[in-house]
Amino acid sequence: MKTVKYTVSALALAAVSATAAAARDQVQVAGSSTVLPYATIVAEAFGENTDFPTPVVESGGSSAGLKKFCEGVGENTIDIANASRKIKDKEVAACAEAGVSDIIEVRIGYDGIVFASDINGPEFAFTPADWYKALAAEVVVDGELVANPYTKWNEVNPAFPDQDILAFVPGTKHGTREVFEEKVILAGCEETGALEALVGMKGDEKAAEGTCMALRTDGRAVDIDGDYTETLARVDSNKAGFGVFGLAFYENNTDKLRVATMSGVVPSTESIASGEYPVSRPLYFYIKKAHIGVIPGLKEYAEFFVSDDMAGPDGPLAAYGLVSDPELAATQAMVAAEETMK
Amino acid sequence: MTDASAQFEGRGRPSLRVQDARTRRRNAAEKRFRAYGLVAIGVGILALFVLLASIFGNGSSAFFQTKIQLQVPLEEKALDKSGTRDPEAMKKVTTVGYGRVLKAALADLIAREGIEIDGLSKRDIDSFLSKEAPAQLRNHVLANPDLIGTTIAFEVMTNGRIDGYFKGRVSLDSAELDSNVSPAQLHLADALKDRGLLGTGFNLDFLTAPDASDQRPEAAGLGVAIIGSAYMMIVVLCLALPIGVAASIYLEEFARKNWLTDLIEVNIANLAAVPSIVFGILGLAIFINFAGLPQSAPIVGGLVLTLMTLPTIIISTRAALRAVPPSIKDAALGIGASKTQAVFHHVLPLAAPGILTGTIIGLAQALGETAPLLLIGMVAFVREYPGAPVEGFFDPASALPVQVYNWTQRADPAFVERASGAIIVLLAFLVVMNTIAIVLRRRYERRW
Repeated sequence: MKTVKYTVSALALAAVSATAAAARDQVQVAGSSTVLPYATIVAEAFGENTDFPTPVVESGGSSAGLKKFCEGVGENTIDIANASRKIKDKEVAACAEAGVSDIIEVRIGYDGIVFASDINGPEFAFTPADWYKALAAEVVVDGELVANPYTKWNEVNPAFPDQDILAFVPGTKHGTREVFEEKVILAGCEETGALEALVGMKGDEKAAEGTCMALRTDGRAVDIDGDYTETLARVDSNKAGFGVFGLAFYENNTDKLRVATMSGVVPSTESIASGEYPVSRPLYFYIKKAHIGVIPGLKEYAEFFVSDDMAGPDGPLAAYGLVSDPELAATQAMVAAEETMK
Repeated sequence: MTDASAQFEGRGRPSLRVQDARTRRRNAAEKRFRAYGLVAIGVGILALFVLLASIFGNGSSAFFQTKIQLQVPLEEKALDKSGTRDPEAMKKVTTVGYGRVLKAALADLIAREGIEIDGLSKRDIDSFLSKEAPAQLRNHVLANPDLIGTTIAFEVMTNGRIDGYFKGRVSLDSAELDSNVSPAQLHLADALKDRGLLGTGFNLDFLTAPDASDQRPEAAGLGVAIIGSAYMMIVVLCLALPIGVAASIYLEEFARKNWLTDLIEVNIANLAAVPSIVFGILGLAIFINFAGLPQSAPIVGGLVLTLMTLPTIIISTRAALRAVPPSIKDAALGIGASKTQAVFHHVLPLAAPGILTGTIIGLAQALGETAPLLLIGMVAFVREYPGAPVEGFFDPASALPVQVYNWTQRADPAFVERASGAIIVLLAFLVVMNTIAIVLRRRYERRW
């Protein structure tokens, strides 16, 4: 008898689940783990100060978030994708194929990428060229392409102390890696003149850039596929190592990390906003326009996110480490007008 | 006889009192094996001890929280400009406005107590309190609009770094280097503590409050995660137990033994060994993309975990049914009971303790499972409590193990303590469930 009762209740439950999919009343967001802390800060304040429920924010990476975003239109798909890079044409095409054609692109500000080591370590003043020479798989020596021979920082640049080269860089699935390769390694490659030499050798700029950006695989450049907490743990256990962090993460751990300057500039929200600090990137989120008006609070959340109270230079996001966008007013107008990407 | 003794003598055995080389070797081998066993157990216990010590060392402080007593004047001109005491109109004042009220109250307290600290800036005072505090005050006032115009005693949390100072995570030395706290703030905290205005007490909010953002680790709690986990366990229990028991009874008592049932049996055993992430991929494809169930919902988590738990329950149920002596069923059949009657009246009640034990162990396994939940959107920042069952099953929620995963990724060091605290809660649930399973087995299981 008992089993019969159980079975009936199970069937009832299954029936409910089939008919459910009731109207969703909270905004759903997914994407970049770099944008995640900002999105949660905004979501929290949004839930507190409005009558809308607090949006649900998932992380998982820019690419994963945009993939989910492009799954289609409807209540069981997400409304907003956070990204630490611009959406790619390929992704826009995938979106359009699934019926997600009107996308609103919102730039929320900039994020700096900093190089930091253990707090008790020596001070470093890097240039991109130093990083290129220290981490590239192959470098140009006397006009010849050879496997990277450097093992100590003072071999790269005599001004540096006699310390083993060891760097923890974000893994390839992170948006941060792309910025690191382009703005540091490639810039360093160009600075040292290696790029020019490589173009001469390979006869093709793309191939030359590819060679520039290939990192050494002899254990001196360690890919970190986890997040910055893992990088911090690695730096902590290996005092000679350098970690590549987001500015916000560093700002929250200034008691454990010593930050290095890049081209003579100390990374800070001010130096990134003024463009002096070279390694920064814009952060975005993408809104599905078809969901505005269907999901309550979606437009309000987007407007709240880019409002001066949140994303402005004195707002909580800037306090956490976001470099606020000087063109925020234009973004606000764009969100209000629901302007989509072309 | 003499032949035999002659044989022994021929093998050169001098005396029973003196061990020969072979016996010594055998005895030594036995001693060695015992030593290996002891070492193995020792290593196991040491590993467990280190694990527990690190978790409890890091996490027990999550159950305590530093709070400060403030006298907060709720002035009409700041909080209710319309003067109507209408909560709808009062909602215009955001947490920023309430934050100002609290900061003023703290500055007032410092002045009243005559606390003077070198280098204490306005910014230090402003960031002394938790960013959660204005929201708490706002909710309190909106719920009781009549408080406007009075001065209330309000207990608010301090910033996570100040809290960390009393828990040993932050020191005066580290505060020098830390951009989020200054030594002056710590001196202020000490001065307030000496006057009995600030103290560290038990933190029930850790178990009831929802998650909080990176800027307020001190406010983060497990409320939504515990409800989410509980909802998932209800779904698993309601689906896996009846389906699992029905399948086992049929396979064990009614099904003919042929190649088809053999095939099913092999597949059930295989299913029990499938990595749990595979069930997550399946859940994403079937329950979310095909059936259209909502993301991040306990119902989807429950369904996925049901699939994962079913083989465990089926295997243990079949073992329990098989352990009931056939003579009992035979006796029932012998006096004219139908097969169904024999099974439901006699075999199943006797097998029940074994079935329940298997179910509880299966549930405990499901409770600690994270991997499949990653794929169905449960690893999310969820601040709203899900509704009451059954509608609440479809609301977004978190779960205990994914909350641990989530917190270990946060930048603020205070989340390390929270993550370990969450592990303690999860362990407590697991210990309780496993204890129930053992007690059930001890008390009700019969041996023949």
